[in-house]
Amino acid sequence: MGPESDIIISSRIRLARNIEDFPFPIALTKHKSKELIQKVSSGILEGNTTLKNEFKLYELEEMPPLERQVLVETYLISSHLAEQWEKSAVLLNRDESVSIMINEEDHIRIQCLLPGLQLNEAWDLADKIDDVLEERIQYAFDEQLGYLTSCPTNVGTGIRASVMVHLPALTMTGYINRILQAAGQIGLAVRGIYGEGTEFLGNIFQISNQLTLGRNEAEIISNLKDVTLQIIQKERDARNTLLSSNPIQLEDRIYRSFGVLANARILSSQECMQLLSDLRLGIDTQIIKGISMDVVNQIMVMSQGAYLQKIAGKPLSAHERDIRRAALIREKIQKKG
Amino acid sequence: MLCENCNKRTATVHVTKILNDKKTELHLCEQCAKQSEEMPFDTSFSINNFLTGLLDSIQDSPIKVDYIKTTKCDQCGMTYGKFKQLGRLGCAQCYNAFREKLFPLIKRVQGSEVHSGKVPKRAGGNIRLKKEIKRLKSELDDAIRKEAFERAAVLRDQIREMESQLNSLN
Repeated sequence: MGPESDIIISSRIRLARNIEDFPFPIALTKHKSKELIQKVSSGILEGNTTLKNEFKLYELEEMPPLERQVLVETYLISSHLAEQWEKSAVLLNRDESVSIMINEEDHIRIQCLLPGLQLNEAWDLADKIDDVLEERIQYAFDEQLGYLTSCPTNVGTGIRASVMVHLPALTMTGYINRILQAAGQIGLAVRGIYGEGTEFLGNIFQISNQLTLGRNEAEIISNLKDVTLQIIQKERDARNTLLSSNPIQLEDRIYRSFGVLANARILSSQECMQLLSDLRLGIDTQIIKGISMDVVNQIMVMSQGAYLQKIAGKPLSAHERDIRRAALIREKIQKKG
Repeated sequence: MLCENCNKRTATVHVTKILNDKKTELHLCEQCAKQSEEMPFDTSFSINNFLTGLLDSIQDSPIKVDYIKTTKCDQCGMTYGKFKQLGRLGCAQCYNAFREKLFPLIKRVQGSEVHSGKVPKRAGGNIRLKKEIKRLKSELDDAIRKEAFERAAVLRDQIREMESQLNSLN
């Protein structure tokens, strides 16, 4: 589950890279894009490192649309990559901690995703893969500007470091808005993962660096890490306040959500995200015992639209999905509960 | 004013179309406007829109239409106008082609213009060599101008050697 996993769900490092003498994906023909997929994948699969046995290439064109959607839901590829399916591909390693997206907004997007707070570990992994790729590929690199990217907001290091955090107590107490504001002022972006606008569905947020130029990778990562540690502390304080000032109200909320999850027959994905947030908080605060966080994390992945359809083996209407989602969660919770 | 299509919601999108000197006006609410085939109406607000919006505001004077139309990247054919629209560059060479407008933008959104992170080993070596060759060449020009031919011959040999090194790296 990784360090600090009661609040930090996952850590991610993404590096944007482009290859010299190829137009960026936005201006790339289909023919050229296939050539590029070949070039990048051979860099990993035919190199003389141990990486070649760990990775497998998936060309999106050859995948059923539902499979592509499952990869999006599990954060292995971006929705942008899936939209570019005719020209794109992804290299995935066995434990799915690394995905190398080919022909996303940039030619290469190395993404390392680890559970808990493991930004440095994820960076080491991404850095290593970057070095292996570079042995065979000439990157588009400018002495002054660094790694050149299709969008100037990624130029320089091309790094986007982020953590996915669960902040229910800060949201309940309303402090989250202050944090969103403060983070913006020091060059970090905080946004809700699910839902739009002011409604933060499931109380899950992504915190990431906004700037990619002028600071080196270590500085960018440690800046994010320091702020994240402070936010963790604030969330823990807020949880303690809730627990000590009005425990019965918090317990009531958590048990109600647990009751619905364990018994409902129809569950929309929105309602599910909100209830799961309460369950997660209940497990963290030991109000709910006997259910492991692994189960919650499994439910988070398996209760999403494309995944449900994959299990069912056929397309489902929204209503059918809601029924199957409820059934899946009942089964998961009752088995462990 | 109510939406001309649904007559329920307030019209917030107003379109004036002039076709063959004939003027038509259309007043729609946002929902109906989205569905209307009359116009490609995009309410999505992306980082790219935002970024290119900044491009205009950072100029001392409004960018001349000429610049938008005629400034073009030789490598990939991307025009400055197209970049403004997309918010994305077409190739690495675009950074040079649009340098004049792009660098102030980068400075503004990134707060810096100088990379201080990782340098790829191979390309990094290349860059050092290229930089050195450039320096030696200007020294060579200088030597020739001063008619210091012995010095020039030494420099010429150094440049040749570095260029062959560069070729072997590529």
